[in-house]
Amino acid sequence: MVPVYYYIGLSAVLFIIGAMGVLMRRNAIIVFMSVELMLNASNLAFVAFARVHEALSGQIFVFFVITVAAAEVAVGLALIVAIFHQKHTINVDEIRALKG
Amino acid sequence: MFMSINLASETIPTLFNLAPLVVFFPVLGLLLNIAFGRRMSERAVGGLASLASGLSFVVAMLLAYALIQHPEGGRVPFADWITIGELSVPWAFRVDTLSVTMMLVVAGVGTLIHIYAIGYMHEDVRHNGDPGSYPRFFIYFNLFIAAMMVLVSADNFLMLFVGWEGVGLCSYLLIGFWFDKGKDGLGNAIAGKKAFVVNRIGDFGLLIALFLMFWAFGSFQFDEVVAQVEQVNQTQPGLLFAIAMFMLLGVTGKSAQIPLYVWLPDAMAGPTPVSALIHAATMVTAGVYLIARSSHLFVLAPEAQTWAGFIGATTALLAALMAMAQFDIKKVLAYSTISQLGFMVAAVGMGAFIAGIFHLITHAFFKALLFLSAGSVIQGLEHGHHHVEHDPKLRKAKQRDHAVVGHAFDPQDMRNMGGLRHRMKTTYYVYLIGGITLAGLPPLAAFWSKDEILAEAQYLNPVVYGMLTIAAFFTAFYVGRQLLMVFFGEPRTEAAAHARENPPVMTYPLIVLAGLSLFGGLLNLPKVYTLTHWLEHAVAVPHHGEFNILVATISTLLALGALALSYEFYARRYQEYLKLPKVKRPVDPLFPVVGPFFKVMQNKFYVDELYHYVIVTPYNHLARFLAEVIDWRFWHDWFHDVLIVGGFNRLSTFLAHPVDLGVIDGTANGLARLTKALSANLRKIETGYVRTYAMYVFLGVVVIVGYLIIR
Repeated sequence: MVPVYYYIGLSAVLFIIGAMGVLMRRNAIIVFMSVELMLNASNLAFVAFARVHEALSGQIFVFFVITVAAAEVAVGLALIVAIFHQKHTINVDEIRALKG
Repeated sequence: MFMSINLASETIPTLFNLAPLVVFFPVLGLLLNIAFGRRMSERAVGGLASLASGLSFVVAMLLAYALIQHPEGGRVPFADWITIGELSVPWAFRVDTLSVTMMLVVAGVGTLIHIYAIGYMHEDVRHNGDPGSYPRFFIYFNLFIAAMMVLVSADNFLMLFVGWEGVGLCSYLLIGFWFDKGKDGLGNAIAGKKAFVVNRIGDFGLLIALFLMFWAFGSFQFDEVVAQVEQVNQTQPGLLFAIAMFMLLGVTGKSAQIPLYVWLPDAMAGPTPVSALIHAATMVTAGVYLIARSSHLFVLAPEAQTWAGFIGATTALLAALMAMAQFDIKKVLAYSTISQLGFMVAAVGMGAFIAGIFHLITHAFFKALLFLSAGSVIQGLEHGHHHVEHDPKLRKAKQRDHAVVGHAFDPQDMRNMGGLRHRMKTTYYVYLIGGITLAGLPPLAAFWSKDEILAEAQYLNPVVYGMLTIAAFFTAFYVGRQLLMVFFGEPRTEAAAHARENPPVMTYPLIVLAGLSLFGGLLNLPKVYTLTHWLEHAVAVPHHGEFNILVATISTLLALGALALSYEFYARRYQEYLKLPKVKRPVDPLFPVVGPFFKVMQNKFYVDELYHYVIVTPYNHLARFLAEVIDWRFWHDWFHDVLIVGGFNRLSTFLAHPVDLGVIDGTANGLARLTKALSANLRKIETGYVRTYAMYVFLGVVVIVGYLIIR
């Protein structure tokens, strides 16, 4: 059986890649994808720990996360489409109407 | 006390109960004139006022008739007035021989002067250009009669004081009747003020006397004071002296004696009937009445009697000297009045109460006569002046007169008169009677009264007798001077040459008064002494001076001598005097004889100037100091402006600037500024880059997680 560290390690790597993607990329779609990546990294950690501890709650959390992620994608993509309609861009650095 | 009132009211005759009417009628008259005077004709106004005064006289006659049966008199309670603890001062009228005698004089002479004033004021209001003032004059006149009646009919000293002040008020109002006339348009008002202020000094004396009286006797009622006076004399003799002296101060004010006589000559600013009624016949004799009324008190204070005697005699002498050097026909009479009042005050002061009252009565007759005749002369002259003014042929002559006199025509200046005996026959004869009466020739009224005073003085105080005799000599001299200057010789101005007699409404009262002056002596002839027996019920020690043939002869001879002397100066030497060129003429034929002393007499011994320098000027300086320094600079500028306003301003400045603007606004604004500064820095965080926000979130997570791990 593959030790849990590998799962955790993979999960951490995926999370970091996602986080870097969120922080560094300017395309809103890519940012979204990175967020999905972070969510799935955490899903992986949940599932791994659920196996280690032989507890079901981790598995259930994952279901919730997947559901929330799906809902988030739906809303998020709709927003992006709306923004694109308005500004003709999805570059997050150009969408800065909230500048103080 | 209440017992005695009840007893008295049971026994007094019913006629006595009419006493309040002597005050009521004049009050009614003045109220009617106030209400309807403006709508009534002048004759109706004057007639109503005269009727009111005349009805008072009728009431006084009825009271006198009742007194013949009951000479002991009585008191008529009218109303409660002041009740404080033990002290009870009712408003009650006293009916006794003294008060009724005064009522008869006041109402009798007063009524005649009222009638005269109907004619006189008719001219006077037109001459002064204000016919609307006609009712006002008679309102004041009736008010005066009412106040004088209160004074003489009072049953207690407090009520007497009310009348005393009332007549003073009327005097003030009537002296300043033409208050916008006179020197600089203020002269008459100033004269009125002077009379009022000088009288106030006297009234202060009377007030102190009343306070002391309350202290000593615990009562103001005449009877109660008389009842206790012996007892108080034994325990506190000094107190009686003090009361008498303060009363005397009141007398010197009201009766124009030294040192307070200075107001009376100035009081001549009033219309002539006022001078006759108030400043000759009645009001100024109130002081004499007061002493006679307080006779029981005065006889127990011999030092005060001596003082009163000398004050009266000195006044009589000095005022007679002043009268000799006056040119104003009314001023001569004013000083003469002061002098005659001196005779009366000396008499009542020494204890010759009956003689004083007798002279008061005869003086009321002949001095009212003289003043009214003088008024008649003045108006006659004004007619003449008016006549000349409107006659083109005479205007040139008038201008010549002006060049002679050198000033505007003064109808009161005796130098502008002369020869009036042909133009004004009635006035001439009555004036002659009045003048000779004043000079004291037998058998006219003043001879008997003055002689009684002199006879008493010779017995009571020889020094006073000497002074009064000399005063009588000067009296006859100035009377002769006045008569000769006014009526004899040739007219010295066109106005005098065209003077005209006045209507009967003015001359008839004069004729009546002349009759009274002729026969007034019958009241108290030697051997008969009607008045003495009449008054002995009301006055202490009513002894009468024995008729002294020596005294009478001396005074008659002196009077005749003085008249002869005045004839020498003002009839014979006056002709030569008038022939002199105007520049070389002395002011008066008497001037070469007495020299600079004439100036001294003419200027009234400089007493007014003395008072001015000693009292008025320092007083004005003090008042100005108080007004400018104490009131204005200290109270207003410093205390009010600097201390209160300045302090308040400084406090409010302090509250406004450091406290409100500094602390309170500073706190609020500081907070705002701090928030603003903070937010200015904080907003820099809000870049609007989503990725920056995300970075913060990550950093936050890292920090929190790091913290959780390290913990």
